[in-house]
Amino acid sequence: MKDFAQLITTIDQTTKTSLKTKALAEYFTRAPDDDKLWTIALFSGRRPKRAVNTTQLREWAAERAGLPLWLLEESYPIVGDLAETIALILPKAEGSSDRSLTHWINFLRALSQAPQEDRKPQILAAWDELDDTERFLFNKLITGGWRIGVSQKLMTRALAEATGQDEASLAHRLMGGWTPDDVSYHNLIEAEDKAADLSRPYPFYLAYQLADGPDPLGDPGDWQAEWKWDGIRGQLILRMGEHHVWSRGEELMTDRFPELARARDFLPDGTVLDGEIVAWDGTQPLPFNTLQKRIGRKTVPKKLLTEAPVILLAYDLLEADGKDLRDTPLRDRRAALKKLIDPLPADAPLRVSEAIDFADWEALAQTRATARDRRAEGLMLKRLDSPYLAGRKKGDWWKWKLDPLTIDAVMIYAQQGHGRRANLFTDFTFAVWDGDALVPFTKAYSGLTDAEFGKITAWVRKNTQQRFGPVRQVTPHHVFEIAFEGIQESPRHKSGVALRFPRMSRWRHDKPLAEANTLDDLKAILSAYG
Amino acid sequence: MRDPVLTFTDRGIYCPAGDFFIDPWRPVDRALITHGHADHARSGHARYLATHAAGPVMRHRLGEIVIEGADYGETLRLGDAIVSFHPAGHIPGSAQIRVEVGGEVWVVSGDYKLLDDGLSEPFEPVRCHTFISECTFGLPVFKWTAQEVVARDLNDWWRGCVAEGRTAILGAYSLGKAQRLMRMLDAEIGPILTHGAVEGTNRVLRDQGLSLPDTVPVTPETKIKDHPGALVLAPPAALGSAWARRFGPASTGFASGWMRLRGVRRRRAADRGFVISDHADWPGLLQAITDTGAENVYVTHGYTDIFARWLNDRGWNAKVLPTEFGGDEDEAEAAA
Ligand SMILES: [Zn+2]
Ligand SMILES: [Zn+2]
Repeated sequence: MKDFAQLITTIDQTTKTSLKTKALAEYFTRAPDDDKLWTIALFSGRRPKRAVNTTQLREWAAERAGLPLWLLEESYPIVGDLAETIALILPKAEGSSDRSLTHWINFLRALSQAPQEDRKPQILAAWDELDDTERFLFNKLITGGWRIGVSQKLMTRALAEATGQDEASLAHRLMGGWTPDDVSYHNLIEAEDKAADLSRPYPFYLAYQLADGPDPLGDPGDWQAEWKWDGIRGQLILRMGEHHVWSRGEELMTDRFPELARARDFLPDGTVLDGEIVAWDGTQPLPFNTLQKRIGRKTVPKKLLTEAPVILLAYDLLEADGKDLRDTPLRDRRAALKKLIDPLPADAPLRVSEAIDFADWEALAQTRATARDRRAEGLMLKRLDSPYLAGRKKGDWWKWKLDPLTIDAVMIYAQQGHGRRANLFTDFTFAVWDGDALVPFTKAYSGLTDAEFGKITAWVRKNTQQRFGPVRQVTPHHVFEIAFEGIQESPRHKSGVALRFPRMSRWRHDKPLAEANTLDDLKAILSAYG
Repeated sequence: MRDPVLTFTDRGIYCPAGDFFIDPWRPVDRALITHGHADHARSGHARYLATHAAGPVMRHRLGEIVIEGADYGETLRLGDAIVSFHPAGHIPGSAQIRVEVGGEVWVVSGDYKLLDDGLSEPFEPVRCHTFISECTFGLPVFKWTAQEVVARDLNDWWRGCVAEGRTAILGAYSLGKAQRLMRMLDAEIGPILTHGAVEGTNRVLRDQGLSLPDTVPVTPETKIKDHPGALVLAPPAALGSAWARRFGPASTGFASGWMRLRGVRRRRAADRGFVISDHADWPGLLQAITDTGAENVYVTHGYTDIFARWLNDRGWNAKVLPTEFGGDEDEAEAAA
């Protein structure tokens, strides 16, 4: 694993994407095939079956380090990563070894078949022949969650550099439901693509936010506008008599949305649609929190299927009659999409997400302002002659989201962050005025710069009134503008509301404490947009 | 009942028997100072008392102050208290302060480390009944690597920079850490350039007889091409600033105990993180506390709740000492 550890160390030691790519490409040139395959698997979110659970891992590590378990548990949120915490608290290894990445993966896979009582001594023995970085990686193989600054995109680029293949076609090869058990490096990366997994989606085309409005886009006649729905972006794939539903995060969601199985009754084989999965009341989307009940459920109880039925609002047609249409202009893909879906009966779980007629940008801006009433997040603007590209690209597609809702709130509790921000206060609870009292209504973690987090950290240390475990109650003093994307009623919260995507958008140094917003203000936003 | 040897006030640690404060954070009449870092030696006190070795740096940073000096181990009588200063190993001149009243002994550690860095007066354990200990790195994940190993990594990195034609820019706190690093660097590799804040401290320490390698102060006229193979030592805040741009293509390194954590390393966005600290690591804290023989321990700086709970588990009578400290040097490094 020394080679792999060296790779990770090199990647960790640079902030430059080009250097990370270079290090990874070099690794892909020299590592043995099975290590390469596993590296690709790990960086695309696949990992070996869990051999031991993390509870056991914590207990064994604490015991080996001669520490009470609670001390490991307290250290973990500060370090931010269990695998790293364990690697750091263990005593220095007695021995060393240089076995391959694949060796350790196979070791863990064998361990998952071994009798329970054999597992602990084997893990302890492994820890004792690995240095700090190797141990961290070994633990990572068990716990999963490889956040090491290598996105799948970066890995794909490195692989393209190392193999001389086209990046987009490699991205396509890496999608789908493969595991290192059912494919070899050769078959996955080098062999001809005809055996490609039929469930594979196309890489999603993602848009950037339009920073300064649409004027720079030129002639409105060249553009198509649609609503940007607030659901789950997905691809519906119909091939060889089967259907597959993929999320943008490349998660297979077929079983979560059984309604979409009926698409097979209406559409021919060899069809791939890009669209938004939304909860649907028959004429328009239901609020996002209705759909939220469906997210995270692998199987769906009947009751939920009737309360929160979903459909796919189709944006685009990527494949028809088994033919890849991505290079066809949007104008023509759109026409084909409408021809395919518009005639379907009302009980089909499919609709075209309609394009919006508009005469000029100003008229469109007025339409955009009504997005919240439509339960949309804003608009999408797509150039009519654009192909369907892969990944986030500037130029042809733009999202033009609504400005977030905002409220000025008072910071009342603070908690230390973890990982990158272990030694800073980053997690805050905010309150609004209700008469003379401050009522907490949301937490927020993000939105400040590191320098601002540094400043507020120093301030929190000096202005702690009381501690509740890791939470500090601070003197009400600082007012922050909290931005959020949506609001809904919530009996679970003291304030009666819950926010969607709250974050600190501005530190209102200019605002006296007394001028923060009130609970009534919050309720007014709720009745307008909830 | 008589007063405790030391009490905790809103101005800092106070000794009623001797009528003095230790490292107070608001102006007082008489302040005993453990060392010259900004969170310990603040301005505005009427009279200061510190080790002779700490005095020059304090004057350099605080300007004209009324300061008395003491030798390490010298016994002073202040009111009814007997006071002495003992090496803390943290930075040159740093001390633990021992206070004895009526036979009861308390020690305030200030900042300390057990490892002999070759520059600071090495840490000496002092027996006491009550020990007030810092615990900036009071978590079992903080364990330091031997200084020789870090020195090797540091010099390897510098050599690598020279080979690639990059300037090595190393960020480190300008009092203590910077000078320690200078002595770890291999002068054969190239010249050491210094930021004004680092060079100011260098001058003071050289004047008081410390031996430091030769350095070249960076001035507005400095051209990097006149100093091929250079390593630049600068305070953390200077990294990534306009000041650092004059050095052309560069690799940035950063030296702090926080670099032990991968997350912090990545947030610093430096090319290299070197785990090197002037504070005690987890085993060091435990050893220091054990060696004092103290039954009572007050902990301050850092993960105090966790550390106090652990000490209590192990049979000490430990409490968290509430302090109002703004930006300990290592915290400032990580937050900057
Ligand atoms: Zn200090
Ligand atoms: Zn300090």
